[in-house]
Amino acid sequence: MKATRDGFGEALLQLGRKNGDIIVLSGDLEDSTRAEYFKKEFPARFFNLGIAEQDIAGTAAGLSKVGLIPFICSFAAFWANAYGVFRVTLCYNNCNVKIAGTHSGISVGPDGATAQALEDFAAMRALPNMSVVCPADAIEAAKATKVIAGIDGPVYLRLGREAVPLVTMEEKPFVFGKADVLKEGDSATIIACGHMVSESLKAAEKLSKAGIRARVVNMHTIKPIDREQIIKAAKETGALVTAEEHQVNGGLGSAVAEVLACECPAPLEMVAVRDKFGESGEGEELLKKYNLKEDDIAEAVKKVILRKK
Amino acid sequence: MPDIKDFKQKARQLRIDILETIANAGSGHPGGSLSCVEILISLYFYKLRPVPQNPAWADRDRFIMSKGHASAALYTTLASCGYFPKEELRNFRKLGSRLQGHVYAGVPGVEFSTGALGEGLSVANGMALGAKIRKKDFKVYCLLGDGEMQEGQVWEAAMTAAQHKLDNLCAIVDYNGVQQNGPVAQIKNEEPLAGKLRDFGWNTLDINGHDFDDIIKALDLSGKIKDKPTFIAARTIKGKGVSFMEGDPGWHGKAPNGDELSKALEEIKEKI
Repeated sequence: MKATRDGFGEALLQLGRKNGDIIVLSGDLEDSTRAEYFKKEFPARFFNLGIAEQDIAGTAAGLSKVGLIPFICSFAAFWANAYGVFRVTLCYNNCNVKIAGTHSGISVGPDGATAQALEDFAAMRALPNMSVVCPADAIEAAKATKVIAGIDGPVYLRLGREAVPLVTMEEKPFVFGKADVLKEGDSATIIACGHMVSESLKAAEKLSKAGIRARVVNMHTIKPIDREQIIKAAKETGALVTAEEHQVNGGLGSAVAEVLACECPAPLEMVAVRDKFGESGEGEELLKKYNLKEDDIAEAVKKVILRKK
Repeated sequence: MPDIKDFKQKARQLRIDILETIANAGSGHPGGSLSCVEILISLYFYKLRPVPQNPAWADRDRFIMSKGHASAALYTTLASCGYFPKEELRNFRKLGSRLQGHVYAGVPGVEFSTGALGEGLSVANGMALGAKIRKKDFKVYCLLGDGEMQEGQVWEAAMTAAQHKLDNLCAIVDYNGVQQNGPVAQIKNEEPLAGKLRDFGWNTLDINGHDFDDIIKALDLSGKIKDKPTFIAARTIKGKGVSFMEGDPGWHGKAPNGDELSKALEEIKEKI
């Protein structure tokens, strides 16, 4: 068990050692986002710009235009404050800025609704030039951090606070925009991202005992989404479930639905937050209350299979 | 010191170009374009090190036009510097043209696309900070509108520039006192504007933004103050040079028709 923010923080430090152009800007949350590992070793390339998300994003844009590669780090929920700056300053100008949004999803827990980013996929996905990545575990978070540093243009990296199971392999390279099939199956396909990947694997395990062979796809890149893998899943398994710690509107489920509807219609069930704000509680309690657990995914798989023609 | 007589002639020509460009497009922002003419001429023909033949030169000074709606003023200035042919101004705001309605980085000489107010000073800060990190001696200039100063991000950026001692940065406000729906003082008063920035830790100057001597002195001074960014409140007149446009919010974002254009050009040419 390890949090994706930890994988990110460690990889950012390693990146810093390799590449002198990496600059880190923080919204006074470097202890929480793990950007402090970088700060301790490279104080001259680290700037805490205070609690000012818009200014941080804009400053990063200026740095990028001088050839530097800024990573800007805050809570996913607070980047919503900078949306206009992301749109014009970062995306319209196609700035080489990497945005790390930690403490995403409802599992951040007791801090409550204001700290629980559940809308960021929808918001970021809508912006031209923006890429969106959400690693499944700390291993993948580390690899993704290094890979996105080499991708020109703005990238949003969604990370979590809580320790989650390690489900990806150290040796397997992270390929931006290419989903990973973690478990083969032909009864239905679960497409998940972030923490929901491990929940999906548990659901698939449970389902296999009932004779249902669920494929599990780790869709770590939400944008550009791996259309081929979605179409393949629709053709080979005929039914799909998406699972994400995000609102049902505009997130991974919507992205998958867009591909299915246009390319290869197939029944789809979405495991997601139902257009509601979160609340205080322990992460696990909230995942249960908001129907984001393995059992909810397993139920959705059973339901979608019944809808197969 | 440059030839002020020549600069005055340049200003008259630029005002003609701006009006013709906007009238030809059928839309645009004459008021805030005409008010910043002397500022842009002082920057591009005196202070900046413009390199029309090599706009990507790494050591060039940077200019961020944060008030992106005054695109006609910047495009006509760049054309007169030789960044692109003046005839191209006929394509302003037309389909397929790189001369987009708001300042667009696809135009040679433009550093950064703007148009959503309040965003440019942070970008300028980033470039100034980047120069320090890279140990480059280029300077960064940023022109903001006074209405724009009502955006919160500007004040976040103002704190950042002072905190990080960005003495290679100069922010200029085209303080024409009029925004789209009326006088700034009646909508969200900013006075004392220079005083506010002084309290934020900036070196500040309050000048006549149509007086070349004033502007040039202020720009020269901005490079000499150590450890502080410089803020210039350049007092201007919206729609400067055309009597029926001056101080009238109605000319913030409206193109002159044929008659209005003739009248305006006649007035400017009379002064030559």
